[in-house]
Amino acid sequence: MSRFAPGARVRVRDAWPERSAPMHLRTPHYLRGREGQVERVLGTFPNPEAIAFGRPGEPRPLYHVLFEQKPIWNEGEEGDTVMVEIFEHWLEEA
Amino acid sequence: MAGEPTAESIALLEKLVAALKRRGIMTEEDIQARVASADRASPETGARMVARAWTDPAYRELLLRDGTAAAEAMGVRMAGAPPLGVLEDKPDLHHLVVCTLCSCYPRAVLGYPPHWYKSAAYRARAVREPRAVLAEFGTALPPGVKVRVVDSTADYRWMVLPMRPAGTEGWTEDRLATLVTRDHLVGVSLPALQGATQAA
Repeated sequence: MSRFAPGARVRVRDAWPERSAPMHLRTPHYLRGREGQVERVLGTFPNPEAIAFGRPGEPRPLYHVLFEQKPIWNEGEEGDTVMVEIFEHWLEEA
Repeated sequence: MAGEPTAESIALLEKLVAALKRRGIMTEEDIQARVASADRASPETGARMVARAWTDPAYRELLLRDGTAAAEAMGVRMAGAPPLGVLEDKPDLHHLVVCTLCSCYPRAVLGYPPHWYKSAAYRARAVREPRAVLAEFGTALPPGVKVRVVDSTADYRWMVLPMRPAGTEGWTEDRLATLVTRDHLVGVSLPALQGATQAA
């Protein structure tokens, strides 16, 4: 069961676990702490942060999340966007 | 970028393959089948899917809803491949695909990625200054078209469904497929009747 529905406003957790331990993360650093909108639920997939280290990856919901591009970089064109696959455990309500 | 394999890396590979065979994890036939499947994959597959979507509304609906099923409908073996998602370009929206974290690419329908797709420059710039990257590929979007960069970060692989060029009314699916290149399916350029944009 996925926590967020299409249209939900979400924030990517402003967390940097790779600074304290070796990690395999699929959440780009440029999105940490950024707000976006859930476009759709892509399904559930084994947590890559576990399987990368040979541990069993429990299934986690994966979302396509849409972000305004300009606020991320302080440059670019109004209305341009970036759409990224983000796992549920990296998202919180915005 | 990877250069020629070293003697050490070849020796390591041979040991790994021998260990996998010894433990019954895979056979020489499995390896050959996978190599043949990888070698068969080429952007022509993606081009045929796009051409069919341009001519067959039911296939278009399937392609956008379930890219994996649409690829299988074209005879592509998707078992074991990541799910395929297809991004629909519209008159006011253009998609550009990148993988900033590594080099995720829809290999099942596009074959091996080009060198530039894996380069640090493309991966860093496509997400930050997509319009400058498009301009370097010779791509001028009509005014009012928004850019949507799709950063392929996790389990899906993404392909663009470009818009059908004007002036191709009445073309057959086969003829339409000849217009579509790898670069159009990644989104760095747009299909056109005149050869204004070419594969890099």
